[in-house]
Amino acid sequence: MIKNKHVAIIGGGIAGMEAAAVLAKQGLKVTLIEKEAITGGKLNDWHHLFPDFFSPKTVIDNLIAKTNHSGVNVVYNTEISKIEKLNGRFELSDERDTKFYSDAVIIASGFRLFDATLKEEYGYGIFDNVITSVDFEKLMKTEGKLLTAQKTEPKRIAIIHCVGSRDAKTGNTYCSKVCCITGIKQAIEINKILPDSEIYCFYMDLRLYGLNFDSLYLHAQKQHKIQFIRGRLSEIAERFDKSLQLKTEDTLQGRPLRINVDTVILLIGMEPGASNNLFTKNNKVTIDENGFMKPINMHENRNSSTHDGIFLAGTVICPMAVNESIENARAAAFEVISYLEKNKL
Amino acid sequence: MEIKSKIKWSEYNKEIAEDHFFFLRSCIRQNFNPGAEKAFISILKNNLKKDIFDDARHTTCTGIGYHTDIVPFETMQTMIARQFSLMTEKGYKNCAVSCITSFGSYNEILSTWKEFPEELAKTRDYLKKATGREFEIPENLSHGCDIIYKFRKEIAAQSNYKLINIETGEPLKIVDHIGCHYSKIFPEKGVGGFEYSKVLTEMIQAWGGQPVDYPERRHCCGFGFRQYLVKSNRSYSISNSRKKFESMEPFKPDAIITNCPGCNMFLDRWQYTLAQIEGKTYGGGTNGIPVFSYEELAGLILGYDPWKLGLQMHQVDVEPFLKKIGVRYDPELKFVGINGKYINEPLFTGCLK
Repeated sequence: MIKNKHVAIIGGGIAGMEAAAVLAKQGLKVTLIEKEAITGGKLNDWHHLFPDFFSPKTVIDNLIAKTNHSGVNVVYNTEISKIEKLNGRFELSDERDTKFYSDAVIIASGFRLFDATLKEEYGYGIFDNVITSVDFEKLMKTEGKLLTAQKTEPKRIAIIHCVGSRDAKTGNTYCSKVCCITGIKQAIEINKILPDSEIYCFYMDLRLYGLNFDSLYLHAQKQHKIQFIRGRLSEIAERFDKSLQLKTEDTLQGRPLRINVDTVILLIGMEPGASNNLFTKNNKVTIDENGFMKPINMHENRNSSTHDGIFLAGTVICPMAVNESIENARAAAFEVISYLEKNKL
Repeated sequence: MEIKSKIKWSEYNKEIAEDHFFFLRSCIRQNFNPGAEKAFISILKNNLKKDIFDDARHTTCTGIGYHTDIVPFETMQTMIARQFSLMTEKGYKNCAVSCITSFGSYNEILSTWKEFPEELAKTRDYLKKATGREFEIPENLSHGCDIIYKFRKEIAAQSNYKLINIETGEPLKIVDHIGCHYSKIFPEKGVGGFEYSKVLTEMIQAWGGQPVDYPERRHCCGFGFRQYLVKSNRSYSISNSRKKFESMEPFKPDAIITNCPGCNMFLDRWQYTLAQIEGKTYGGGTNGIPVFSYEELAGLILGYDPWKLGLQMHQVDVEPFLKKIGVRYDPELKFVGINGKYINEPLFTGCLK
């Protein structure tokens, strides 16, 4: 009977919650271990989801209801730093040496946001009117408006794609995948609250992989007059009046460009979680060349780590959107069931 | 190629030797601002009690010729190898480079030799055949501004003046300009990397002034070798300089500090040319914004005579700046050279009559 089996899930974000709810619904004993005081992870800071402006709060509320109803044991304020297999079972412990025991583990500890201060030429943390896409979501969620640091309505806004993604200088050569569509969504949101503003998106190429992403891009141009300029930003500097001077290029016109704006939003990428390295100690779990958790097979079995019995879910594997993370977590849960069935003796 | 990642460049510090420097002069600094290098040697020897050797036999690094496609790379490698052979002969291991173009060239060649050892072997062979000389690679290569940066607090402790307006008590607002070849080619060779190099701003702060960021801080001074050396391109050169002045103008800087001989020259002289073209200056009034090299500014606050520093060679008159920080000087000696000889004077200093 696998119903007596115990699964420990590291990370109470959307992937961890979904996997926990699915496993508990199947009758397994599930402990969901979250480092913060609440579950939901980074989605708690989000205002709207692409491409349909759906409410993240609804997603989190539904996941909380699912985990509650299915009897998941949620442990808060606990950050696992060690996974070890002892006497046929997994022992998970934190820095305070609190221990959890389980028959299988799912690592769903998510991602880390790129620290935009590392991209010094873009002035985040130096100039008050340079913010990140995450700052924008928080602002929209808490205040519902976008103002400059001088408390005026910005007349010109630039949104910068690929900050900390596809950039060897920052050590991240991979694509974070969700930033392009996030930029389009945020540009539309700004146009809705500041209809007279001019909004520019500076991009390398637009990677609009999802259903309705392209139509949102078209909608942004036709209905919201968002201007998309193909070119990377070289630097941002602050002018005497605290507005910002951007040096960039328009590669479609083949010319360098200098433009002044009031606010800049940096679309920051997703980086491997800070704890990934810790999870590779004392077991056979490995990370890939970018630092994300390495599955045994990226085509057929992305949810199995390189250690038998330790599974992966969500953005701990690679950058993913909300719907992909949830689907991926569901798949991880079924891989766990399959593993426990196979090893039930 | 080594890729540096996940570091905050503005917090980056490079290794700068402590003592025993072999000095490598700048071709153009010696001509345009002859007092600057003399002051640098004096500050190191007399104020900081360091050992620095100035070898009369050393030559140009050929950097300007290289960047204008006149001097082949092999020639520059061999010429620089000869400088190192003089250093080796005198028993030194640390180079102090005066010129930013040279600093970039030395670093480019050291990096080439590291990445392509066959180039090093070839250069050793060329030098041996041409001069019979051999050389060691320096253990440390620092620009003069790196060394002054390293000892900025010691200089501040010995200073007679501060970068403070003696009438208002306010720190002087000083904009910095970093020569392109200091750290744009190899960020790890510059203090603070390239984007927010702190090599000059921390000198300003240590000496009582207020560094001012301005939008075109990283832009080329306008020299850019070909932009100036090809006569038909000179309008491009001056338009780049104008872009910088236009950008710093709203901040009303009291002075510009540079770490590059070429930048010093162009930021100073092009102000005159622009004033003659446009009928205005970017510093207000008729004078313009005074331009100093880091050695000149260090010399001034240490109490060196401004005319022995060669500040009368500047186009933009430095006297208003001297008065602001309270430097005691004799205006009558401005154009009196060595042995009391009158060295002649320009029709007027500043940018507009």
